[in-house]
Amino acid sequence: MTESTGGIDMDEDSSGTVKKFAFINRKAPYGTVYALESLEVVLISAAFDQDVSLMFIDDGVYQIKKGQGTKGIGMKNFSPTYRALEGYDIEKLYVEKESLEERGLTEADLLVDVEVLSRADMAALMEEQDVILSF
Amino acid sequence: MGFEINGKTYETDEEGYLVNLAEWDEEAAKYLAKEEKVEMTESHWEVVNFLREYYNDYQIAPAVRVLTKAIGKKLGPEKGNSKYLYELFPYGPAKQACKIAGLPKPTGCI
Repeated sequence: MTESTGGIDMDEDSSGTVKKFAFINRKAPYGTVYALESLEVVLISAAFDQDVSLMFIDDGVYQIKKGQGTKGIGMKNFSPTYRALEGYDIEKLYVEKESLEERGLTEADLLVDVEVLSRADMAALMEEQDVILSF
Repeated sequence: MGFEINGKTYETDEEGYLVNLAEWDEEAAKYLAKEEKVEMTESHWEVVNFLREYYNDYQIAPAVRVLTKAIGKKLGPEKGNSKYLYELFPYGPAKQACKIAGLPKPTGCI
């Protein structure tokens, strides 16, 4: 890379600093604010053109389960927002196979397209990241 | 805070966004547009209605980049570009159009 002369060149600047960000989602969608907070940070991160991955592990897999009904708990059902991620160019969604199986779920129960990875592959993917944010 | 039209009251937050999405109607949109000094034409309504549909589908107000792309996909490339949208909403399509559409301030709008 050539040395910058101080001029503002967005393309050069951003292409030089793309990092691999992983957002790890481990908690059920409601009951704590973690899932919603994670989703909001993910949406904001999209503005910075980084290499963003989302990982759903443990009860986090429930965040993207179809058919969430929240009337009974008086919360907003924010699960449709996961379907907007594609429009934000966030298309790397990974779900841990074991976590799905332990909860009797399959890929067909999820409301977005994901890649299902084994626990070992998920660990390897985490190893590749520059930044990991765990929610 | 809020405003009143024909005896119906609308609650707004400190930045003028409607608090309750369900209260929105055409009259509210016209009032909010006037506040933003936007003269509503058919093209403006097209964007506002698009935003309401987007919100209905995804439960968020889109960032401007996402809005531009989504509009291009649905209404054609001559409308899915910043120039067209900024001509309609000079102070930012996501911000102004969202406000008129009764949506919350877009996430990721910095």
